Amino acid sequence: MKYALIPLLPFAAFLIIGLFGHWIRERAHWIAVPAVGISFLLSAWIFTEVAKGEPIHVTLYSWIASGAFDVSIGLYIDRLTAAMLLLVTIVSGLVHVYTIGYMHGEPGYARFFAYVALFTFSMLMLVMADNFLQLYMFWEAVGLCSYLLIGHWYERKTACDAATKAFVVNRVGDFGFGLGVMLIFAVFGSLQYDQVFNHAVLIEGQTINLLKPLGGQWPVEVMTVICLLLFAGAVGKSAQVPLHVWLPDAMEGPTPISALIHAATMVTAGVFMVARLAPLYNLSPAAMDVVAVTGGVTALFAATIALTQNDIKRVVAWSTVSQLGYMMMACGLGAYVAGIYHLLTHGAFKALLFLCCGSVIIALHHEQDMRRMGGLKDRMPVTYWTMLIGALTLSGFPLTAGFFSKDEILVSAWSASMLGKTLALVGLVTAFMTAFYSFRLLFVAFWGESRVDLHHRERIHESPPVMTVPLVILAALSIITGYLGIPGFIEPVLPGPEEMAVPHESPAAAGIMLLATLMGLGGIATAYIVYVKSPGLPDRLAHQWREAYALSFNKWYVDELYDRTIVQPTVALANSLWKIVDVQVIDGMVNGVGAATVLWGRALRLVQSGEVQHYALAMALGAVAILGLYVMLLL
Amino acid sequence: MTPLSSYMILSAIVFVTGVVGVLIRRNIIMILLSIELMLNATNINFVAFSYYLDNVAGQVFVFFALTVAAAEVAVGLAIIIALYRGKATIAAEELNLMKW
Repeated sequence: MKYALIPLLPFAAFLIIGLFGHWIRERAHWIAVPAVGISFLLSAWIFTEVAKGEPIHVTLYSWIASGAFDVSIGLYIDRLTAAMLLLVTIVSGLVHVYTIGYMHGEPGYARFFAYVALFTFSMLMLVMADNFLQLYMFWEAVGLCSYLLIGHWYERKTACDAATKAFVVNRVGDFGFGLGVMLIFAVFGSLQYDQVFNHAVLIEGQTINLLKPLGGQWPVEVMTVICLLLFAGAVGKSAQVPLHVWLPDAMEGPTPISALIHAATMVTAGVFMVARLAPLYNLSPAAMDVVAVTGGVTALFAATIALTQNDIKRVVAWSTVSQLGYMMMACGLGAYVAGIYHLLTHGAFKALLFLCCGSVIIALHHEQDMRRMGGLKDRMPVTYWTMLIGALTLSGFPLTAGFFSKDEILVSAWSASMLGKTLALVGLVTAFMTAFYSFRLLFVAFWGESRVDLHHRERIHESPPVMTVPLVILAALSIITGYLGIPGFIEPVLPGPEEMAVPHESPAAAGIMLLATLMGLGGIATAYIVYVKSPGLPDRLAHQWREAYALSFNKWYVDELYDRTIVQPTVALANSLWKIVDVQVIDGMVNGVGAATVLWGRALRLVQSGEVQHYALAMALGAVAILGLYVMLLL
Repeated sequence: MTPLSSYMILSAIVFVTGVVGVLIRRNIIMILLSIELMLNATNINFVAFSYYLDNVAGQVFVFFALTVAAAEVAVGLAIIIALYRGKATIAAEELNLMKW
């Protein structure tokens, strides 16, 4: 029962706030915060339990039982899940507390808490799922919560558009995910993790003819098809190229949401899924390569965009996309431990960075353009120092958690294969850019002269403790998660491919570590030179490399490309379907049936004279006719 | 002994007289009486069959039919009186409200 309480407490909070929000209003946090707090304590308790012994597996109830199709709602908690539970409940709890300050006085206060609680419930159920259907259902549920929360300020058109975009782009990936789940059932006859994992080896090498309906021949390994279909879902949820476009726009939502959903938890669900299904991915080298390359490309691609963005939240958002690429790359190279390690440290420091951004945004009365910030260092010391820690961790500065986890990824990548070496180089370049844009953000927003509007400038002040205390806790976590021995803890439950025995103490590994550190420090130094030492330099550089700057600033024109090739044709098709098929054909048919009935009624009612004797005559004639027929047939 | 068919022919004649009366008479009272004719035509059949099949049940039916017919006439006449008070006529072709 205590296992079920972890997700059910936030769900109860959602029900209470959701149903009685009108009456609860500004007291919503008195319900949501304790619920998540107790969830956290239970998670910590279960964490110690799992750390000591066997994984916990409980079946709560039978969900669907129809012939061979038998699915139950179950909880499966091993070391990986236990670590995820802690991450989700800690970040969610801190975000809950922070929200009290951030959303203070907002009209949608209770609604916001209700959805965040619902999200926490869904995310917890997702990581604890013991079968694919439960995973899929809560995969969709977190997507729904993301949609609802991005569109929290629904009276703003940009927020509504961003929410719709997030939902639709995720649908594209989730379509593949759904197909993958169906294929798993078709192949294995079961959706339980343990059964599928146990039988996975048996179908290794089996092929499926993808062109069968068309009468062609294109045999592909079943396991590769399954893994790639599932990965399509991860591409959408974890904002990998080419489905990355929704995440930066999702910044239209309130900042606590960006920290919780779009940095620490939901977007990492894709990485978690790949790691959870490691026994399947290990059997398909082709799918693994696709995962690794997608991750590497995303990491580099998003980093180049983050270099030139001016919106403080969007810089952090693109950095999230880039870091997710890092994790995905690690998983694709079989270094699941490194990927999950980075997921956990990233959860702490990226949530920290977002909450710091939120603190700045509130202090400046919802100003998000960092060209109109500057000089905030002395006005907001707590925010500044915690953000500095976050930026250092993101840059992989030595002795922070990000340093250890990023190093783990790069070393694992280098020791993997030829592909791994290439991707490790990509990772190093990305690390340089990451350090550069993190400190660009810090220097431009917090250092130098104040460029804030004059009538706001004098009133800038540090955020209330209810917001700064979560910042301090997350800053502490950003450091100490590097020293908890997380990789050794999760290693036993995440078996890599057979040939992956990583020699961590080799000279090559030390070289990579040194190089990665130099890249990080180099990035910070470059940002210092460009943005602090010589203030005119950025504009001159932007002018000199105008094309490259425009490419990065406009996000490689991916949105425009999608708009021309997919969105506009789809809208045109929908419009023509509406005006021709819907209005003329379908409405025409329905209205035609109605009109024909009216016409017939008009003609036939002339028979009704209203005189009883006419009716009686008809009755008598009818009776005679029936009798006559009867007699004729008998004789 | 009179054959059964004679009774049936008599019954048929009375019944058809009733039907024709219902269809062609204008006076509602005459229509009501024609309905009584039809009822009594069936009563003749009942009695005849009862006699020829040596089964008394048919005669019992006749008693019921007569009772019901009496009640029906009572109700029918009451309706006609109510109708006359409202419309000042008892001509069937003028009571044609049941149409478009």
